[in-house]
Amino acid sequence: MKPKIAAQSGTFESSDVIFLIEPMADNSGRKLEISSTVMQQFGESFHNIVTEMLDSYNLTDIHLIAKDKGALEPTIKARLETAIKRSMDQQEGTLK
Amino acid sequence: MLYIPGNNPAMIQQGGVYGADSILLDLEDAVALNQKDAARVLVRNMIKSVNFYDAEVCVRINHLSTPFGLADLEEIVPLQPSAIRYPKTESPEEVAELLKIIERIEDKHRLPHNKMTLHAMIETAMGVQNVFNIASMFSRVDAITIGGQDLTADMNIIYTPDGVGIDFARKRIVMAAKASHIDVIDTIFPDVNDEEGLRRETEYAKKIGFTGKAVINPRQIDIIHDVFTPTDEEIRKAYHIVKEFQTNTAAGIGVFAIDGKMVDAPVVARAEYILKLANVTVA
Amino acid sequence: MLNSLGREIPEYIEGIGKLEPFQGALMKLGKGWMDEPTIPAPNRAYLPHQSKLCKTLEEAIIRSNPQNGMTVSFHHHLRNGDFLLVQTLTILHNMGIREITLASSSLNECHDPILPYLIDGTVTRIFSSGIRNQLGRAIALGVLETPVVIHSHGGRVRSIHTGKIRIDLAIISASAADCEGNATGSHGKSAFGSIGYAVIDARYAKEVIVVTDNLVDYPCIPLSISQNFIDHVVVVDSIGDASKIATGTTRITKSPMDLRIAKLAADVIEQSGFFVPGFSFQVGAGGASLAVAKFIREKMRNKSIRGSFMLGGITSYCVDMLNDGLFETIFDVQSFDAVVSNSLLNNRRHIEIPAALYANPFNCGCITNKIDVVVLGALEIDVDFNVNVITGSEGYIRGASGGHSDTASGAKLTVVVCPSFRGRIPIIKKRVHTVVTPGETVHVLVTERGICVNPAFKELEENLRRAGLNLKDIHDLEVEVDKITGIPGPLEYTDKIVGIVEYRDGTIIDVIHQLKEK
Repeated sequence: MKPKIAAQSGTFESSDVIFLIEPMADNSGRKLEISSTVMQQFGESFHNIVTEMLDSYNLTDIHLIAKDKGALEPTIKARLETAIKRSMDQQEGTLK
Repeated sequence: MLYIPGNNPAMIQQGGVYGADSILLDLEDAVALNQKDAARVLVRNMIKSVNFYDAEVCVRINHLSTPFGLADLEEIVPLQPSAIRYPKTESPEEVAELLKIIERIEDKHRLPHNKMTLHAMIETAMGVQNVFNIASMFSRVDAITIGGQDLTADMNIIYTPDGVGIDFARKRIVMAAKASHIDVIDTIFPDVNDEEGLRRETEYAKKIGFTGKAVINPRQIDIIHDVFTPTDEEIRKAYHIVKEFQTNTAAGIGVFAIDGKMVDAPVVARAEYILKLANVTVA
Repeated sequence: MLNSLGREIPEYIEGIGKLEPFQGALMKLGKGWMDEPTIPAPNRAYLPHQSKLCKTLEEAIIRSNPQNGMTVSFHHHLRNGDFLLVQTLTILHNMGIREITLASSSLNECHDPILPYLIDGTVTRIFSSGIRNQLGRAIALGVLETPVVIHSHGGRVRSIHTGKIRIDLAIISASAADCEGNATGSHGKSAFGSIGYAVIDARYAKEVIVVTDNLVDYPCIPLSISQNFIDHVVVVDSIGDASKIATGTTRITKSPMDLRIAKLAADVIEQSGFFVPGFSFQVGAGGASLAVAKFIREKMRNKSIRGSFMLGGITSYCVDMLNDGLFETIFDVQSFDAVVSNSLLNNRRHIEIPAALYANPFNCGCITNKIDVVVLGALEIDVDFNVNVITGSEGYIRGASGGHSDTASGAKLTVVVCPSFRGRIPIIKKRVHTVVTPGETVHVLVTERGICVNPAFKELEENLRRAGLNLKDIHDLEVEVDKITGIPGPLEYTDKIVGIVEYRDGTIIDVIHQLKEK
């Protein structure tokens, strides 16, 4: 599967992370660009969270950019979930 | 009672460390209209994983008349925070409607109907007029609060630091809460840098019967605790009264005097309340 | 060989010499004397009515006869506004001088421009209490062959006495000086207050140049630095960026987190048993540490407690407390804002002290020995209460030993204040990356998530427990914080040593290994 539209979530504030998601052509695979202020210590764990969640939504053809400023795990997951839902045009209960 | 914007992870993750009695994660006014979805998911994840220590966790949802309220309930009710805070409550019918939806969600998730409570916020003239019914008719409503900013807006008056415009509303709401035996929380004090003003307003709130006060910045918590916590002198006096009361009751005496002042049942009740606040038992 | 904290210390390092492992905070001092011989300070002769004035810094440096392998020293009282260190090294570099040992009392971000001189061999050794930013990064990654030596403020004085640091040329910037080199930092357009760290340099350097942007008529008073040690005097347009040297007054933080930690720390101090009339007190200049002073000030007023002296890095907040009559005296080795300079100049109870009097362990008693309560920060602290204030979570050198270990060792109550994590990095560790201050000299850690008392101090723990403070075992807090942040992946290092950390008595408390960048 791939996202329907480009979408974004999160902020550039400390302890937060910003995700940008774009659809890619069919069968082009995942392109992940992750940068983080705590890359050395938490880069691997961040990457795993992203991969697992993309798997769970079955997103295979996707371009994802993450800019992390030390977000904790529940925040990373919340921002990614929001970005994914927005990119699949599934947001509920919000103004767009 | 500390308000924390529901879309701010840095503030939510630290919410429990400031010694607030209650954390209020806000999905309503503190969240931009186009970030309601993001805040809801964030608050849900944070409630599941953050340790708020001794503080109870409440969530202020959006009103059901907005496009956000129902989605908020669907996401938050299954987590069963200590309480849902409902903004701009105007009538008992509204509360009944809200409770019906909450119970439907609880049933879906096989959750009891008596664990999570409801805080009704009174923020409109209509709400003030109906406050007693709102406070007294539902066992799940265990606190009411006044929202000063919205109320002044609804009354078309300008907010002034002396609070003259909402003074009647404050007292009416307190009376409704007292008559219903539930807690009543005062509105926020908006100027974070005015410590003297905060202290004055909190002292006033305590004097007219509020049981707590909401804050928008952790820096305000200590002053509020300071005002609401009984002083050592008050505790000493209360202890003395209760002790004497026990001795006199044992001797069959109803009314007695301490330092020339009459002590009867209401005075004793007041003293017992102070000792309860201070966590003191009379041995 | 292992030191008493279990850190592996080599017996010998090329370019440094034999190393003595740390064996406990008071082991060496306990003898009552210092084994190392004290080298004599140089003597010079000067005929009447000669002129010390040089037209340019370059001329003064040429007159001081610079050689390859020389040691050049600086003070860091201009903090991040200093111009002269970079200018001096550039002049020496242009003269072709190589293999310089740089002995600055500390290094700041503004010294980043000397990085090329580390790369090209102009500077090959460094002694400093602190290193930051690009220099700290480059050194951690191994730019220098010989490890840098990190010393405390007190330890630096000792190293100069023993000749571990042999200063050939000292550059002393002053905001006011006269033609003979009497100098001070307490007035002038670039005023920076106390010049306490430079006093030992003036005494021991073979050549001393005073540089000022404010030549005053003879005599320049006060004689913070006196002419009998000064060889040359240079007048320049500006010794530094006044806006970065000292700004107005220091404000108390508005960060709710820092204020929360400070409030808890003040409660700890109040209940510790040391908050009594006549107590002495030292706090840091920023963040939670300074904010502790705000709450202590309120408590002193409420309880009518009047203290003896405040010590150390002095801010306008300390001056306010002196003026309020809450303390009798300020001993000032370093001043942090413009108001402080003024007070230092005009208030006779505000006294400028040299680093030796402040913190040198090897004399008949420095003032840190008389401290009752000190509040200190930390980059990391471990479950044994060892504190790291020198290497960051990413492995770079990005801090300063400063007076941390000096004051901790002297104080009756050492309070370390820090958040339990910063930007997802836990601050409480099983083992800190680099020990600067040994846990045996740290009494209590205060974080926003709890207060941990060093179990070696039972009476303190009892006092705080009885007062109803929220005490946690530091091991429990460490686990709790790891749960919040997740456990950070380890950094990787090579076998090469890029820095050694001296304890104040000259023994080696830890070494810093070269960081492998991922």
